[in-house]
Amino acid sequence: MPHVPKELRYTRDHEWAKREDDRVRVGITAYAAEQLGDVVFVELPKVGATATAKKPFGVVESVKAVSDLFAPVSGEIVEVNTGLPQAPETVNADPYGRGWMLVIAPSHKAEWAQLLTAEQYEEFLAQGAH
Amino acid sequence: MDTPLQRTPLYEAHVKAGARMVPFGGWEMPVQYAGIIEEHRAVRNAVGLFDVSHMGEFELTGPHALDALQRLTTNDVAALAVGQVQYSLLCYPRGTIVDDLTVYRLADDRFMLTVNAANIDTDWAHVNQYTGQGQGARWKNVSADTGLIAVQGPRAEALVCRLAAEDVAKIGYYRFARGVVAGIDALISRTGYTGEDGFELYAPAAATARLWAALLEAGRDDGAQPIGLGARDTLRLEMKYALYGNDIDDTTNALEAGLGWVVKPAKGEFIGREALEKVRREGVRRRLVGVEMVDKAVARHGYPVLKDGRRVGVVTSGSYGPSVDRYIAMAYVETALAAVGTALAVEVRGQAKAARVVRTPFHPPRVKKG
Repeated sequence: MPHVPKELRYTRDHEWAKREDDRVRVGITAYAAEQLGDVVFVELPKVGATATAKKPFGVVESVKAVSDLFAPVSGEIVEVNTGLPQAPETVNADPYGRGWMLVIAPSHKAEWAQLLTAEQYEEFLAQGAH
Repeated sequence: MDTPLQRTPLYEAHVKAGARMVPFGGWEMPVQYAGIIEEHRAVRNAVGLFDVSHMGEFELTGPHALDALQRLTTNDVAALAVGQVQYSLLCYPRGTIVDDLTVYRLADDRFMLTVNAANIDTDWAHVNQYTGQGQGARWKNVSADTGLIAVQGPRAEALVCRLAAEDVAKIGYYRFARGVVAGIDALISRTGYTGEDGFELYAPAAATARLWAALLEAGRDDGAQPIGLGARDTLRLEMKYALYGNDIDDTTNALEAGLGWVVKPAKGEFIGREALEKVRREGVRRRLVGVEMVDKAVARHGYPVLKDGRRVGVVTSGSYGPSVDRYIAMAYVETALAAVGTALAVEVRGQAKAARVVRTPFHPPRVKKG
């Protein structure tokens, strides 16, 4: 079973969300990175764009697959990992660290509670992640 | 998909090695072991082993075997000496492609054809429809009895030499010899689908797992590792080798696919000749070209190719090319836009991404010619 850090929250689309004061940092999980295989392309929005929970904010592509990235929460995108498109392999190497994708200033605080806890996400993976 | 997936003699070895297995052309095959990019580099820099046992093999024997093949395939089989291999095509009367294949001349009156796994049934029906049994040329489908391992990369020769009873270094490109490798009777063919030097080893299905294990063991110090279909695809894409089902199929003709070099109308009648001669006279309407992305984007099979907003073609294969470190693709484009340097665009998720036609192969081949 791939690593699922306890302190993060998760989506069923395999994004992770990390609370940093009043902001939320977002990336994809180790499971997602492993399933995709070698990531060769990452497309992210610009700072100032709006993210909507459960809607795509970007795209990640591996050698074989194209996959949308879904926002865990809604709000303004206040930071983007601009180094990632130049080094997409970082997503595989360090999905919870240097492979982060963006930071959102949430506009709907209640959405946080709807995200999966680490235990729930692990259970979701154990059930086949569908 | 209702029919159960078929498995090669190496299925257990793949699962044991931790390969990710996927359905491919009716077979359960390894798409990757360590990771596609790492495997790709292992083949370019050292040596990789591919299980291609899913491919089909037909044998044709008899006094009229040569005539039958001349009629069935586009290349000139008469030019093929015993011990030589020839790349060729089976075509429909309308000039489109049934399959691409290699033809081995085992003896004056005996040949082997290696065909794509997904096309075994179609090809078998095709060759029988057009030649029939017992007309001095007897067909035998030996696919299930035959395992096939490709050993590819700059250290492939040293590795196979170490295990072979004969001196395999003297086997020239697109030539083969019968021999014994790791104690197993094999047909040793200097061919491949990667652009690197190497061999394809045909062995009895029952002995293929032993051969695989012996190659991995003997190649350990060379960095030999198993390679999945994912890297097989990026390796062949960098060479602009066509993949049946992606770049060529029963709607594409040999000439627009850039395979005119294996179409030899001077040899006489063959299936598809008339149609292809007409195409040659009138000129092809589109061409399969190599495309490099100028904007950062991955072109994929089926994506539209645009010129000034107008649709002028379609991507047939596309990926990141690990050895060229660029996003590359193969695409059919209108003939007038096929020249190297032509600026085009590929429509990626509704957006036109800049691209251009480039010289191919994308990466210099290192096959052992001459």
